[in-house]
Amino acid sequence: MLLLHLHPRAVPAEALAFPRTFGLGGIAVVLFILLAVTGSLLLFGYEPSPERAYGSVREIIDQAPFGAFVRNVHHWAANGFLLVAFLHLLRVLYTGAHHPPRRANWIVGLVLLLLVVASNFTGYLLPWDQLAYWAVTIATGMLEYVPLLGATLLRAARGGSEVGSKTLALFFVMHVAILPILLFVLTAFHFWLVRKGGGVILPRREGEDAPRRTLVSTSPNLVAREGPAALMTLAVVLLIAAILEAPLLAQANPGMSPNPAKAPWYFMGLQELLVHLHPAFAVLVVPLLAAALLLALPYLRYGEAPSGAYFHSRTGARTALAAAAAALVLTPAYVLADEAFRRTPPWLPSLPPAVRTGFVPVVLVCAVLVVVYLAARRLFSASRLEAVQALLTFLIVAFVVLTVTGSLFRGQAMALAWPWAVAAVR
Amino acid sequence: MTDVPLDSHKGPQQPDRRNFLSLAWKVLGLAAAAEFLGVVGAYLWPRRGEGEGGRGIVEAGPVGEFTPASVTPFPQGRFYLVRLTDGGFLALSSKCSHLGCTVPWNEKDKTFPCPCHASVFDMRGNVLSPPAPRALDLFPITIESGVVKVDTGRRIQRERFEDSQVAYL
Repeated sequence: MLLLHLHPRAVPAEALAFPRTFGLGGIAVVLFILLAVTGSLLLFGYEPSPERAYGSVREIIDQAPFGAFVRNVHHWAANGFLLVAFLHLLRVLYTGAHHPPRRANWIVGLVLLLLVVASNFTGYLLPWDQLAYWAVTIATGMLEYVPLLGATLLRAARGGSEVGSKTLALFFVMHVAILPILLFVLTAFHFWLVRKGGGVILPRREGEDAPRRTLVSTSPNLVAREGPAALMTLAVVLLIAAILEAPLLAQANPGMSPNPAKAPWYFMGLQELLVHLHPAFAVLVVPLLAAALLLALPYLRYGEAPSGAYFHSRTGARTALAAAAAALVLTPAYVLADEAFRRTPPWLPSLPPAVRTGFVPVVLVCAVLVVVYLAARRLFSASRLEAVQALLTFLIVAFVVLTVTGSLFRGQAMALAWPWAVAAVR
Repeated sequence: MTDVPLDSHKGPQQPDRRNFLSLAWKVLGLAAAAEFLGVVGAYLWPRRGEGEGGRGIVEAGPVGEFTPASVTPFPQGRFYLVRLTDGGFLALSSKCSHLGCTVPWNEKDKTFPCPCHASVFDMRGNVLSPPAPRALDLFPITIESGVVKVDTGRRIQRERFEDSQVAYL
């Protein structure tokens, strides 16, 4: 069993408890394998050209025995992969597993998350339906707002001035060769760093200098837990795939965008951001700031080590909860206020749009973040580690609210609407 | 070489040679990497004229066909021919100036609402509601013997509508 060699011979008994990790990393691996298998099967039927792509996907669905099922499994496993990877990130964040000695693995994990997003993104151009065509037109169009290099990057990403056969070829190669190989290699590195960092982070014990933990042998103790978890994952994905059809819209029509034109759910947070902010800020400034924050997390000076328990401490949990509640109120308030604001004639029309709808709101949000941090420190007497955790919670909840707003609360012409009204129009 | 003892591998000359060799390896390695990147880059770089729409001059029709204060879509040419109330013509690109979605014409509100990020443009292509940073692009119009012709090969970017952009008979 080659797979067994990923594990040490013995593991701490405490590390086996399910809520320690919720098995999220393992679930992600199972999904990756499932994606590789179904992806290979789909490759037998798929033809990567604008003329044939849509037709070949239709043939897979309508004619190949179990074709629709294989495609459904691939689709839902891909969505699940992204969701599980994100939840895994949250688990690591809230148990403090991104601090030294696991710091390097946090960075590798972030790159892996980026690769998973890229895999999903390159995958959904392939069916060449309306969702595919317009999502990729919009996403590659964002490159135009990169200073100086914009036009060049746009041409390189599309393989020409418009989304066409070259774009499809590029995305196809990325999706079936380059990204899977990178994912495989980096995942192996990720595992190795887990071992090197001393395995799963465990709550520190007070009053002992060198706590001796009870070790139990990996087989059968860990294997007996991983096996059923893997089988459960498989069962859930297959069940979903048997019930829910993977969407396929009408064939791509470069002359007409669907109304509303929505990205897949995992990009709706960004799409919602694009509604509110100047494109240079939504595309470049905000994502770069977010990436910088995530990368810097394990390098900040906290003056204490993480406890290894969820939310670090009771104070940590309480502060994070308060930050989540604040974001839950403030984000919808911002969306509604901006909605009213945008429809009125621009205030200070002499200011360039980048300042009016980009710089000013971003500075405003940064000011709110400073207030959140200070409130955590003063009102909740949180430590620096706990205050940073509260700040991140605020941002994560705000992002989730934006995602939900974009997915469920926007109808025709991306105007705000109640979810049932949105569903009725479709 | 005469004075160097045989066991001189810790002597002063050996490290020089070693440094030189390791430097040579590094330079060669960098050169090989640069060549690799150059070849791959040149191979993958989009060639000129590839993937372009190839749409040229579109004959929209005789002037009389378009009533003042009307908007006529030309889906094939990806533009709208707008006749303003004063009889002047504008050829507005149907591509949103924000991220390139196709904007539909809403006859009731007399606006172009973008279905992707909720930008709104007026009949002249001006931004009524952000996030679009500038007005809809234009295509140049020529009117020859009473027939409106639009050059869809030449896209004109602009900040906002100005009177000089309108084509008259």
